[in-house]
Amino acid sequence: MTAADPGRPDRRRLLVSGLLFGLGAAGAIDEIVFHQLLHWHHFYDRASGAAGLVSDGLLHAATWSATVAGLALLADVRRRRSFAADTWWGAVLVAAGAFQVWDGVVHHKLLRLHQVRYGVDLTGYDLAWIGAGALVLVAGVLLLRRARTRSAPGAPAP
Amino acid sequence: MTQAVWTLVLVPAALYLAGVARSRSPWPVGRTAAWLAGLGCLAVALTGPLAATHGDLRAHMAAHLLLGMVAPVLLVLARPSTLLLRALPAPAARRVSRGLRTAPVRVLTDPFVATGLNAAGLWLLYGTGLLTAMLHSPGLHLLVSVHVLLTGWLATAAVLALDPIGHRRGVVARAVALAAGAAAHDVLAKALYAAPPAGVTGAEAGAQLMYHGGTVVHVLVAALLWRQWYRSRATVRDAERAALPTPA
Repeated sequence: MTAADPGRPDRRRLLVSGLLFGLGAAGAIDEIVFHQLLHWHHFYDRASGAAGLVSDGLLHAATWSATVAGLALLADVRRRRSFAADTWWGAVLVAAGAFQVWDGVVHHKLLRLHQVRYGVDLTGYDLAWIGAGALVLVAGVLLLRRARTRSAPGAPAP
Repeated sequence: MTQAVWTLVLVPAALYLAGVARSRSPWPVGRTAAWLAGLGCLAVALTGPLAATHGDLRAHMAAHLLLGMVAPVLLVLARPSTLLLRALPAPAARRVSRGLRTAPVRVLTDPFVATGLNAAGLWLLYGTGLLTAMLHSPGLHLLVSVHVLLTGWLATAAVLALDPIGHRRGVVARAVALAAGAAAHDVLAKALYAAPPAGVTGAEAGAQLMYHGGTVVHVLVAALLWRQWYRSRATVRDAERAALPTPA
């Protein structure tokens, strides 16, 4: 067993670490770029009502908690010498992309909790938001598949 | 009023220092510093400029963060129950130790129960007329402040579980309880922003201070919790075994 070929429980921990960190990173990017730098999103917009408040609060707490937990698991995986970059980054991208798509489709469009931007035609913004999420998600899945074939038993040594 | 606050600060400080002096084994100075700093937060929150501006939600929230979040973390890091067990004569320490393991203490120090109590207290304070009433009555203000401190302390103690209290749940359960408490805190801060209580000024800035300040302390507590997991004996032993090269 080499460093790039983690055992089964270690691979699961590596995946969980990447997924948690990806979720947290997506939440942090939303917070930093769209709330603090662009000011497209607001601390509270008068239109979104109680459901928007609750989902915002839950997501905020969940993403920060996931970031810390993901980093702790990453430190442990590295200490166990089972870190594999493609698996971890694949999981990060899958979680971040899935979160972005879910945010764009469920929060913005189905529940209409809040929008990407206010006072403009939303079509382009929505397509960019959900499309970017889908691209990141697909990139993550491809990375994970590559990691899997490379570490599968019987595969040619790298 | 001020006299009552100083009693709340000086008596616990004196008791802790007496405990350190009588401790059977050397007591790390960092824990003593944490205890005194925690009590310092209490004094700053309840006297001086923060306590003098009652109708201003910014000052109220600064005091609330110090009392309900920063002071509890420091008081938990000081491990007062551990000190008590080390300072008391052995028979008395055994009685305290048994007391800490009784059913009511175990229920109260369950992270989900403790976090729920903390959140329920905050919702009661900000969701009812209690905040407005407290701003006009110094006695009620002190009572509510002590309650905020104690429930915040209980929740932090239950999540970090540094002292030998009751039953210690696994790291995932404690992290989830912490996140649930943080979510309740965040939702409450946004609700305060959306619909501020009657008779307060600076509500929007105060609510944002509660939200972002709360996030900073929650992330810090989560980091302390996961660091404890990372350094725990079982996790370290596990990792050492996993890192060994497997025999061919």
